[in-house]
Amino acid sequence: MVTTHDIPQHDIQSQDASEALAERVRRAEAEGTPLRIVGGDTKAFYGRRVEGEALSTREHRGITEYDPVELIVSVRTGTPLRELEAALAANGQMLPCEPPHFGDDATVGGMIATGLSGPRRPWAGSVRDFVLGTRIITRQGSEQRFGGQVMKNVAGYDLSRLMVGAQGTLGLITEVSMKVLPLPGASRSLHLDMPLARALDKLSEWGRQPLPITAAAWLDGALHLRLEGGPSSVAATAERLGGDALKPDFWEALREQRLAFFAKDDSRALWRLSLPHHTPLIELPGVNDPDVLYDWAGCQRWLRSDLDAEAIRQAAARAGGHATCLRGAGGAAVDEPFTPLPPVLAKYHRNLKAELDPQGIFNPGRLYAAF
Amino acid sequence: MNTHFDERLDGGQPGRDQSEVLADLQQALPGMTLLHREEDLRPFECDGLSAYRALPMLVALPETLEQVETLLKRCRALGVPVVTRGAGTGLSGGAMPLSHGVLLVLSRFNRILEIDPEARTARVQPGVRNLAISEAASPYGLYYAPDPSSQIACSIGGNVAENAGGVHCLKYGLTVHNVIKVEVLTIEGEHMTLGSDALDAPGFDLLALFTGSEGMLGVVTEITVKLLPKPETAKVLMASFDDIEKAGNAVGAIIAAGIIPGGLEMMDNLAIRAAEDFIGAGYPVEAEAILLCELDGVEADVDDDCQTVRRVLEKAGATDIQQARDEAERALFWAGRKNAFPAVGRMSPDYYCMDGTIPRRELARVLKGIGDLGEAYGLRVANVFHAGDGNMHPLILFDANQPGEFERAEELGGRILELCVEVGGTITGEHGVGREKIHQMCVQFSPGELTTFRAAKRAFDPDELLNPGKNIPTPARCSEFRLTKSAGDAPAPTRAPESQG
Ligand SMILES: Cc1cc2nc3c(=O)[nH]c(=O)nc-3n(C[C@H](O)[C@H](O)[C@H](O)COP(=O)(O)OP(=O)(O)OC[C@H]3O[C@@H](n4cnc5c(N)ncnc54)[C@H](O)[C@@H]3O)c2cc1C
Ligand SMILES: Cc1cc2nc3c(=O)[nH]c(=O)nc-3n(C[C@H](O)[C@H](O)[C@H](O)COP(=O)(O)OP(=O)(O)OC[C@H]3O[C@@H](n4cnc5c(N)ncnc54)[C@H](O)[C@@H]3O)c2cc1C
Repeated sequence: MVTTHDIPQHDIQSQDASEALAERVRRAEAEGTPLRIVGGDTKAFYGRRVEGEALSTREHRGITEYDPVELIVSVRTGTPLRELEAALAANGQMLPCEPPHFGDDATVGGMIATGLSGPRRPWAGSVRDFVLGTRIITRQGSEQRFGGQVMKNVAGYDLSRLMVGAQGTLGLITEVSMKVLPLPGASRSLHLDMPLARALDKLSEWGRQPLPITAAAWLDGALHLRLEGGPSSVAATAERLGGDALKPDFWEALREQRLAFFAKDDSRALWRLSLPHHTPLIELPGVNDPDVLYDWAGCQRWLRSDLDAEAIRQAAARAGGHATCLRGAGGAAVDEPFTPLPPVLAKYHRNLKAELDPQGIFNPGRLYAAF
Repeated sequence: MNTHFDERLDGGQPGRDQSEVLADLQQALPGMTLLHREEDLRPFECDGLSAYRALPMLVALPETLEQVETLLKRCRALGVPVVTRGAGTGLSGGAMPLSHGVLLVLSRFNRILEIDPEARTARVQPGVRNLAISEAASPYGLYYAPDPSSQIACSIGGNVAENAGGVHCLKYGLTVHNVIKVEVLTIEGEHMTLGSDALDAPGFDLLALFTGSEGMLGVVTEITVKLLPKPETAKVLMASFDDIEKAGNAVGAIIAAGIIPGGLEMMDNLAIRAAEDFIGAGYPVEAEAILLCELDGVEADVDDDCQTVRRVLEKAGATDIQQARDEAERALFWAGRKNAFPAVGRMSPDYYCMDGTIPRRELARVLKGIGDLGEAYGLRVANVFHAGDGNMHPLILFDANQPGEFERAEELGGRILELCVEVGGTITGEHGVGREKIHQMCVQFSPGELTTFRAAKRAFDPDELLNPGKNIPTPARCSEFRLTKSAGDAPAPTRAPESQG
């Protein structure tokens, strides 16, 4: 085998705590006591409040397998996300879904369970797109493996991807195998002054062309773009599009919600609208340009507004999307953060939860009150 | 072991007789084509895995969603199992009928409902052929990325049910990465939308769960796929090697150089000869292995990457490197690869296609293992390989008219898959478990894991009426398999008479 990169001695502590975690799950199942799975405690705001005994994954950590040539990394879920990313970067690789951290302690498990992706999402894919396999502690307290450590696998149902975004309500994820990709050879960020309507049109037009765009956001009267790929095409595209240079750390500030738009002292609620490509401006009473931040080429829109939840959800639904409330007005907890499911879909969610976690020991009520 | 549905092993169902079900369905669905005479049923007795056959009790060819809905409701009321079929090109017996079940054929749902060039999506019915989507999108400069070699025939519904891949998967993903929304009908006849027109949807990712679920959870009735802009340019390099291991290592070296090719395929000598004989693609017939490496994207980057890959290939010991001079030659290089299965089929009365996936670093070891096993079983094996993904397609050559030869091929296939699992791989990368690999599931997964799979199935189909006996084995089947295996383990395989060819 040719390995041009040696696996570095990354400083990740390695520790297998799966047996202790399984024991906790067995006890919870025997006693019928709910567990509140805690990774890094960084994404607590995203989802409903869970009443349960805290179960920390932090002791279960370390990369279990990483061969850069295979483009696959397997990692325990208590591993800090930043440690995983550092180990990949040391080999010229990355998690293409660019997951947000929201704090130094974010864990791999939290990334998987919340399924949140960063600015590169529309071009590269989401967290679930890069998941190849998982190990899960089921309600019986046994660690089971689904998917695998290979690129393609269709043996059995895809329970690994089902775990992504399920917020830990279907089982305790102990390990995940993900596809990784080389870091782009070149990267340039640009800032183009243009009104919103024109920016949305341009993004649709460029979307139909093979351009090396990997991030596009509109705010403060300007389109912010990131170009990534081979040095030749990035340089040629930057020249063609013009505009001014943008500091590349803009993208991290956007992803981590550190831009002024997201300011915590703004008492209005914070909404995330997920919309189809080429959705025009959505008219909402009292909402003006500065109240909306357009990420993902307009597919992910952040909204600051105290409008009634129903009005916002209906507007998103009319455009073919949905809306999530991340922060309530005045920073209050949100009772129903996620868009309610239509009845048939809700029924099969309940069925699935009832089959995989009949006693409701895994993060009950985190996603929806009914399960 | 017997491949036919066995109530004792696969779960019991109330055996209704044909005339009763026929009368019921004819009354409920007077306008729907319902085949019941043996000569009409015969063409549906198998999918692409023709060694596995069973005559369905009835074949339904609905044309409207209302018909599908009513059919499912009636079958559920009667307790009659339903097997969904797309184009029937599946290679694992997933659409193999049940003699006590209805075969629901979706080939008449063949309309492209909408191409939206602005949103870059296509909304299609499940019976639409994979290639037809790219053809319809082409005027807008767009295409649908997953391109199974069967793309002229297979249906998009079947692609969703199998999570089909193609030669461009390493860079552009599998079906699961390119479908954004599906409409499904449950066994109770309820309509449900999974995914959305946006980039995500609230709730569990049931779209991912249904993709690759082999018709076991519901019937997919409409699909919205993502379309991509056609790359500005695509160039193919063909490298010859005098040693298969060197070719395998070259694959890793390309990726280690930070390049993700649009396609990266490998063929061994037997496959090269077969393809060359059939297509005349200009393949070097004396090479032990060839690598086809396609680089696509923006012109300037592709030129840079071609240079890099050339250097990597030279260093890896390629004996010859050719770059397709124009579009016609590029198409020809790919035609050889895409027709590799039928090409190998011409060399032998029958062939049996395997689909294991392995970590790429194990390639040399697994190829050697396959060679040794082939020799032990007295059967030739040609290797076609989605090298970038580690997805192997060993093609076992045999003659079904020679008594015992199919059984030997099947057993050899099973051994090859077990070898894939041994090195950390899987029994199926893209063709699915179906009926064919039901026993190997007992090798790849623990009893606890199989229990979890069955729990997921129960959430959607508690009475096990959708495609029973496929994909997930019952505990009874696994015990029986283990018994048979330990009883007859490692039989010294009888050597076949020298295969003709
Ligand atoms: C001050 C404070 C306030 C809190 N307020 C709330 C609140 O308002 N609402 C509320 O629900 N909780 C609240 N919590 C608890 C908090 O939600 C959990 O501790 C947190 O969800 C754990 O995830 P995390 O923040 O570390 O984020 P992450 O580690 O990023 O996890 C995010 C989500 O993923 C799940 N998860 C993480 N790892 C795994 C894994 N390996 N397998 C399966 N699932 C996993 C978590 O359960 C959570 O749902 C609060 C905790 C504190 C200390
Ligand atoms: C020469 C050849 C080359 C091939 N190359 C490739 C390749 O490169 N990559 C690859 O992935 N596969 C390949 N295949 C396998 C096959 O073409 C794919 O698995 C394809 O996706 C099957 O589609 P189909 O419409 O023929 O499905 P069918 O064979 O009719 O059915 C396959 C399975 O899907 C289920 N199903 C079908 N339609 C629906 C629906 N609408 N709703 C629910 N369930 C449904 C069936 O019940 C069955 O379990 C190849 C096959 C051949 C013969």
